[in-house]
Amino acid sequence: MSDTVIEAKNLTKRYGSATVVKGISFSVARGEIFGLLGPNGAGKTTTILMLLGLSDISDGMARVLDHDPVREPLAVKRRVGYLPDEVGFYDNLTAGENLRYIARLIGISREERQEKIVASLAHVGLADVIHRRVGTFSRGMRQRLGLAEILMKDAQVAILDEPTSGLDPQVTVELLDIIRDLKRRGVSVLISSHLLARVQSVCDRVALFNEGKIVLIGTVPELGRQVLGGGFRVEVEAEGQELEAHLAKVPGVQRVESVGPNRLLLLAQRDVRPEAAAAVVGAGGRLLRLAVEEPSLEAIYQRYFHEHPHEGERHAA
Amino acid sequence: MRREGSALNGLGVVILKELSDHLTSVRMRVLEWLVVLCSIVALYLAIEQVKDTTAEDPFLLLRLFTRAREGIPITFVLLLSLLVPVVAIGLGFDAVNSEHNRRTLSRVLAQPIYRDALLFGKFIAGLFTISISLVALWLLVIGWGLFRLGVPPGAEETARAFIFLLVTIAYAGVWLALAMLFSIVFRSAATAALVTFGIWLFLTFLWPAALAQMVAAIIAPPDPGYAALGLPTPETVEWGQILSRLSPSTLFNEVAFVLLNPDDVSARALGPIYLAQLQGAARGALPLGQSLVIAWPDIVGLVAGTIVLFTIGYMVFQRQEVRA
Repeated sequence: MSDTVIEAKNLTKRYGSATVVKGISFSVARGEIFGLLGPNGAGKTTTILMLLGLSDISDGMARVLDHDPVREPLAVKRRVGYLPDEVGFYDNLTAGENLRYIARLIGISREERQEKIVASLAHVGLADVIHRRVGTFSRGMRQRLGLAEILMKDAQVAILDEPTSGLDPQVTVELLDIIRDLKRRGVSVLISSHLLARVQSVCDRVALFNEGKIVLIGTVPELGRQVLGGGFRVEVEAEGQELEAHLAKVPGVQRVESVGPNRLLLLAQRDVRPEAAAAVVGAGGRLLRLAVEEPSLEAIYQRYFHEHPHEGERHAA
Repeated sequence: MRREGSALNGLGVVILKELSDHLTSVRMRVLEWLVVLCSIVALYLAIEQVKDTTAEDPFLLLRLFTRAREGIPITFVLLLSLLVPVVAIGLGFDAVNSEHNRRTLSRVLAQPIYRDALLFGKFIAGLFTISISLVALWLLVIGWGLFRLGVPPGAEETARAFIFLLVTIAYAGVWLALAMLFSIVFRSAATAALVTFGIWLFLTFLWPAALAQMVAAIIAPPDPGYAALGLPTPETVEWGQILSRLSPSTLFNEVAFVLLNPDDVSARALGPIYLAQLQGAARGALPLGQSLVIAWPDIVGLVAGTIVLFTIGYMVFQRQEVRA
C-alpha cells in the first residue's frame, strides 16, 4: 500500500454553469494532518464530499486509500471516518444508540459492538453520558460524539469538516487534542476550517483555498517564507553595545528593528533564536529575553490576497 | 460504469431502525388511536344494522365492512379509504427531509451503504408499520364480528376479506410513496406535509366527484341525442370513469366494492352496465375468481402507482446533493 492516502488530481465540480471547485490537486500522506483552509464557500466541503463519493466528480480524479470514490464508494466509506459540518444525531436516541445504529451499518459484529462503543465514548470523554439522549447534548459533546464514531469505525482516514466552528476555546483545545490523538494512532486526518489560527497548530501541512482553487500549499513555515518572505519574528531583549549591528549579521535575519529600550525585533526566514542568542553573548551583551512568533496563517492569507487582489475577480468575470 | 457492492447493503439495519422509530413515536400512537376509534364507530354501526338479518345473509363478515346504518353513511371501507392515506402521509412526509434537517444524512451516507438502502429501508419500514396496524385492525374486526354476530365466516368470505386487506396495504403504499416523494423534493417537512395533504384532498374529493366529469365532458362532449332523452352519453360516462381512476381513492373504492359485494349485480363490471347486459344474467353471487378478474386492473393500478411514485422519488434522491 502506498504512503499516499488521499490523492486529488485536477478535481473539478460544476453545478450547471457555476464551477465551485476548479481543478485542484493535492495529496495527503499516511499519518499526516492536512488542513484545507479558506473562507466559507471556497469549495472545501464540496471537495470533501467528492472524496467520499457523496457528490459526483465533474472532472479530474480522486483516489482515497487506493480506491476510486466514484466506482468503489463502499470501499472508501468503509475505511474513512467523516465528521460533517454541524454534525447531527438522532436526538430521540441516546449516545450509545446512535453509535449502535452506525456500528450496525458499518457491519461491526454483535460481540464487538458494545465493547467498541464504550471504548470510543470513553476515549472522547463521553463515557458517563452513554445513556443520555443526544437531544440534551451541547455542541461540543456532539462533535466529540462524532469523533467517537470515527474511533469506533477504526478509520484509517478521518475527514473532519469545520470541527471547531462554534465551539468555545476550552472545548476547541480538547477537540484538537483528540485530533492529535487520532494522528498518534496512525490515522491520517483531513481537516477543513475557516478558522485559520485555531487549526494551524495541529496541521502538518495546509492548503489555502480561495474561490474553488488551492492558492497555496505546504507547511506553515514554508508558506510563511513563500509569502511573507520569512515571517518569523524573533524578539530579543538584551543589554549591550551595538547589538543591532551584530544581530543583523546573523544568517537568515532580514531586518532588525528597535522597538524600545533594549528591545529589538528580528524579521527572519526561520527560527533564529539559537544564533541570535549566540550573537548577543558573543558581543558581550546580557540576554534578558528571547521569544519567537511563528508566521501566522492569518498573516499569510491576508498578505497573499493583498498581493494578488485580482485572483478572485478574474475567475468571477 | 458499475458500482461495487450491493445496493441493499445495510437495508435490514435501516428497516429495523426506522421501524423502531415508527413504533415508539408519539405520532404513530396518535394515528393508531384515530384509526381504532373510528373503526369501532363504523363497526358498531354496521353490526347494529346487520344483527337482525344474520340468519339469511351468506356474507355476514363482508357486511361488517360495507354496511352503514340507515341515515349515517359511515362504512368501515369509507373510513379506511380516508384514514389509511392520513396514516401513510403521516408516516412518510418527513422521511427524508428530516434527515436533512437533523443533519444526519451526510453522516449516515458516509457509512458503507448506498442511498438506495436508506430510501428502500424507509419505505419498507413505513409500509410494514402500516401493515402491522392494518392486520391488527383486520383481526379485531373479524374477532369482534364473530363475538357479536356469532356466525363463523366461510372460507370464501375470509379469502375476500384477506385480499381486501392486501389491497388496503397497496393503497397505503401509494400514499406513502407520494409522501416520501415530497419529503425528498421539499426540504421543509411542513411544506411536504401540506402539499401531500393537498394532493390527497384533490384526488379524493375534488377530482373523482367533479373535475374528472368536467374534463370528460370536454374530451367527449355529450351527444344531444342522449341528452334529449335525459340520458347520459355512454362515451362521456366512460371517459369520466377512466379519468377518475387516476385517483387512488377511486381505485381502492372500486376494488373494495367488487370484492366485498359479491352478490351485488352492479359489482359484476367496473363501468357502466346496460340494462340489456343484466337481462338473463345468472342469479346469485359472483365467485371469488371472477370478482378478482374484475378488480384486477384496479389492483394493478394501485401497485403500479406505488412503484412509479417511488421510482420518481428514488431518481430525485439519487441526484440530490447531500449537503444542506
